[in-house]
Parts: sequence; C-alpha cells; structure tokens
Amino acid sequence: MVSLLKMPETLSQQLPRQMNRPTGESQENAVHVRDVDFAYGNHQVLHDVNLEIPPRAVTAFIGPSGCGKTTLLRCINRMNDLIDGARITRGSILLDNTDIHASGVDVVDLRRRVGMVFQKSNPFPKSIYDNIAYGLRIAGVTKRSRIDEAVEKSLRASALWDEVKDRLDVSAFGLSGGQQQRLCIARALAVEPDVVLMDEPCSALDPIATAKIEELIHQLKRQYTMVIVTHNMQQAGRCSDLTAFFYLGRLIEFGSTAKIFSNPTERKTEDYITGRFG
Amino acid sequence: MIDAPSNQRKARVLERIVFWSFRVATYLVLAAATYIFLDIAIKGGRTVFTKSAPFINMKFLTESPQTLYVFDYHGQKMQLSDREFREWKKTHNEDVAPTSIAYSAGGIWPCIVGTALLVVGSMTLALMIGISSAIYLSEYSRNGPLIRLIRIAILNLAGVPSIVFGLFGFGLFVIFFGWNVSLLSGWFTLGLMVLPAIITASEESLRAVPQGLREGSLALGATKWQTIRKNVLPYALPGILTSSILGIARVAGETAPIMFTAAYAMRDEMPWHVPHWTDFFFQGVMALPYHIYVVSSKIPQNEYTERVQYGAAFVFLAVVMLIALTSILLRERSRSRLSW
Repeated sequence: MVSLLKMPETLSQQLPRQMNRPTGESQENAVHVRDVDFAYGNHQVLHDVNLEIPPRAVTAFIGPSGCGKTTLLRCINRMNDLIDGARITRGSILLDNTDIHASGVDVVDLRRRVGMVFQKSNPFPKSIYDNIAYGLRIAGVTKRSRIDEAVEKSLRASALWDEVKDRLDVSAFGLSGGQQQRLCIARALAVEPDVVLMDEPCSALDPIATAKIEELIHQLKRQYTMVIVTHNMQQAGRCSDLTAFFYLGRLIEFGSTAKIFSNPTERKTEDYITGRFG
Repeated sequence: MIDAPSNQRKARVLERIVFWSFRVATYLVLAAATYIFLDIAIKGGRTVFTKSAPFINMKFLTESPQTLYVFDYHGQKMQLSDREFREWKKTHNEDVAPTSIAYSAGGIWPCIVGTALLVVGSMTLALMIGISSAIYLSEYSRNGPLIRLIRIAILNLAGVPSIVFGLFGFGLFVIFFGWNVSLLSGWFTLGLMVLPAIITASEESLRAVPQGLREGSLALGATKWQTIRKNVLPYALPGILTSSILGIARVAGETAPIMFTAAYAMRDEMPWHVPHWTDFFFQGVMALPYHIYVVSSKIPQNEYTERVQYGAAFVFLAVVMLIALTSILLRERSRSRLSW
C-alpha cells in the first residue's frame, strides 16, 4: 500500500521504512515497552512494565479499573503529554527501536504514525466527509481527488461506507453511537497510521455495534499493530492474539490470549478472568 | 411520625413570608426597570417621532446639535435653530431679544456616529487581545503561581471603576503617547475596560469545548495551534460573541472613560471630514452618553433641554439594542453551523 502522506522527515530518517507494507515475519512497527514507571505528579501508577507488542496482531490490555492499562496505552502516542505533571519516570517506549520520547522525535509525527480511537466516540461537529478529511487536511493534503479517495478507502476499511455513502455531507452527529465509533476508526485510518490504539472502543455500544467493531478489529490486524484496552473479558478473548493482564499498576501476566484464558500462570490472572474479583 | 403541629405551623408561616419577600424583590426590580424604560420611551418618543409622515423626526437623527433661540414675535412664540434664526433675521429686520439654549436645536447625528465608531473600534481591539489571551490561558499555559497571579489581576481589573480607566487612558494614551483626545485613545481605554470580562468569558467558552475534540485532533497528528484553530475556536466563538454583547452595552454606555480620552462636547465636522486618512484615528468625536451628560448637567435645565435629553437617551437605547441584535444574529449564524 502506497502511503498517501509524506513521511515526516525526522522519523523517516531514523526509521527506514519500506513504502510497501511488509508481509511475513518482519518486526517493523513493533512497540517495546521497557522498564516503564509512570507517575501523575507524585502518584505512581505504573511499576516496571515490560512488554513487547508485535505488529499485525491484536494485543489486549485487561485488568480492573485503575490498573494503569489506559495510562500505558496513552503513553504509546504520548497523549499523556497533555496532562500536567504526568510523565514516565523510568524506562522507555520504543517504536521500531526508536525511543518515542527522544529529543529528535516530533510528537506530531509520532501521533500521525500511532493513531488512537477513544473510549467515548468523539466525532467532530462537522460532516462525515470533513471528519475523515480532517487528518489529511492538517497534514497538508489539498488535492480533492486524493482526499475523496482516502475518505472512501477508510470508510470501506471501517465497514461504514455502505451505510453513509449517500450522505457524506451530513453531520456526523446524525449517526448512531456504533456508527460514530466506526467513523472515529475510519478517521484514524485515513492518515494511514502504523499502529492503532483503541481505548475501550465498545464500552458505550450495544451488542450488535460491538460485534461490528470486533469484526473490524479482526480485519484491521492484517495491516496494523493493534492495541486495545478492554473491560470486557469476552471481547479480549474473541478478538485479541495476545493479552496483557494488569493489576495495581503492574503487568502481572502477558502471553497468547489462548494461554491466558485457558491456562494462566498467575493466580491473580485466573481469579480476574474467572470473575472472582475486578 | 413526630407529632409537632406548632412547629409545622411555624414552618408554613415562614415559608409564606420567604416566598413573598422573594416575589416582592423580583417585582420591585421589574417595576423599576419598566418605569425607567417607559419614561425614556414616552418622553424620548415625543422628540424622535412626529405626528405626520414620515413619523420620524429626521432632523433630530441627521443634523448636528445647534443652539435654540426662543423669543416672542408679535405674540407668537418662535423656536428657531441657529441656522434658521440667522435666515429669519435677514428677512425680518427687527430687533428681538431671544433666549438662547445650547444644543437644544438640530439633532444628534454626530453623537450616533461617534458612539458607533467607539464601539466598533474598541470591541475589535478587546476581542483580538481578549481571545488571544484567553487562548493562552486556557490552552497553552500550565497552572503555576504566575498564571494564578495573572488570573487574580484580571479579576481585579474587572472591578476597577470606569473613571479610573478614564484617568489611566488620559495619562497613558492622551498625554504620554501624545495621541491627544482621539478615537484611538478612546478605543484603547474602552477596550482595556472590557478586556477582563471578555477574557474571562472567552476562557469559559473555550473550556466548554469538549476535551475529546482536542484529543481527537491531536491524535490525528495535528499541532496544538491547528487543533485550536480548526477544532476548538470555531465551537467556542458563539459563547465568546455572547459575552461580547454585554461588553458592547458597557462600551457604548460608559461616559467616564471617554470624557478625558475621546469625547468632544461639540464638534461641527463629521469624523470622515479629515484632510488625511491617518487623521481619522487622531480626532475626537461626539458620543451619545457624553452628550446626554453634557445636556443634562452642563447647561441650565428647562423644557427645551429636556427634549434633547430624552430624545438622546431614547436613541441611545435603540442604538445599543441594534448593535446587540446584530451580534446576536451573528452568533446565531455561527451557532447554526455547528450541530451538537
């Protein structure tokens, strides 16, 4: 797939990247979390987290509320920069073996590579078309035909095209909750990220909409490094390849979803998965 | 259940007293406002409207103020404006001893123009500076002692009496900058006066924009400024405009800040009669509130001055309403483009 966007220069120099997405066992676009401690002010919320997130697979973060899974997710595209006093106090997060907090890395370029879908769907108060075009326009794409093409492609990729193709110019607020969330996914895909982070994308959706998004996640993992935070154990079981279980800011267990759900090593994991606490 | 009939009766009586005192307080306010408004509308209406077509006293709205001459002429009571009196004297070669009353003939057109110019200029200045600092405070600044100090300063600035702003403007713009009594001095003085209100209200409108819109935009690789410019400011603008409506009423209505900085009691030329375009900014203007002040307190009062006072007050209310209405329409237009 040819990238529509110019690769940001600083990153493309540091991280030589093929224009065609690799197939096979390449580790490109892998995310490595190394010895990470994270704190909001003086309150430490992550303790010594080590994790290797492989490309072209879905990694699920599970754990009870307040265990730090969303915090870690938001570290990967440096969304926590927005919060006063929030910082990584130790360790590093590597994308393609480059520290994303290194001084040469531009956060704007990073976020273009690492897209995010939020817990509460947040379509912009614009038309469906303009929602998708937003990311391209701010990246400097002005050619109408190119934007048209990207809008259609990302709406198809998020399985929304058939539902909205006749009303691209109506407000995104007219869509149902599930459609809005898929629109947000389409919006994230339009700028062609390498990594897609999803923060409880289905928490506000009904079962049918949830099923659609899960199906979508399944499709997308062929192309993207996917990380998904979820409260829903069945969801993690259904659509992830790897599962990381967090408890009180520590990574308790990380492994293939099949193993975690059928034969967890840790007692805590088993208790949580079987619903004994959480 | 507790059996306390006497307590219950007491509570019920108290309830009635409280309810009625609240109601009376509200109606008192309403009555006072209605009285003032009707007084101005009825007495001012006599000056502004006429019994015959075109039903509006065009002279009052389109002419400059003139001196009124009142005298008896063969048992007939004559009321002539300055210009009319001179014409009359040419044709009637007679000696009369008229009473002259300043500003009570002609109209208030230069005051209307002056007030409009002052409002437009100072609101433009105040909105530009106010929105910029509100963006800095709500989007860019990190909470620290300095920012807290700035916020306190802004709050205090909002409580400073307008005469103090007037003296400040006089000292800084009129004397120190050497702008003299001019539109520019008035714009800056009035602009500074409404700035705190506009900053506070703009900041609130900016904060009311859901955080999700900012995060959504940043997560797509937008810079902070792109996010603010495309995805925050447009949605905060209706709220900012609402707050500026109140600012308009204040800017148009204050006399104290302009009496030393921008207002002339009398000026014959209209503001656009300037030799060079830059002179436009350095000329003093007449203004409605200052004119009302002058005709009400600087000249001897009688039935003739009352006409001008009420007429000017009535037109003044109408002008403020018109400007406010325009900004409400503007706001509705920018609001209808959003849909959340």
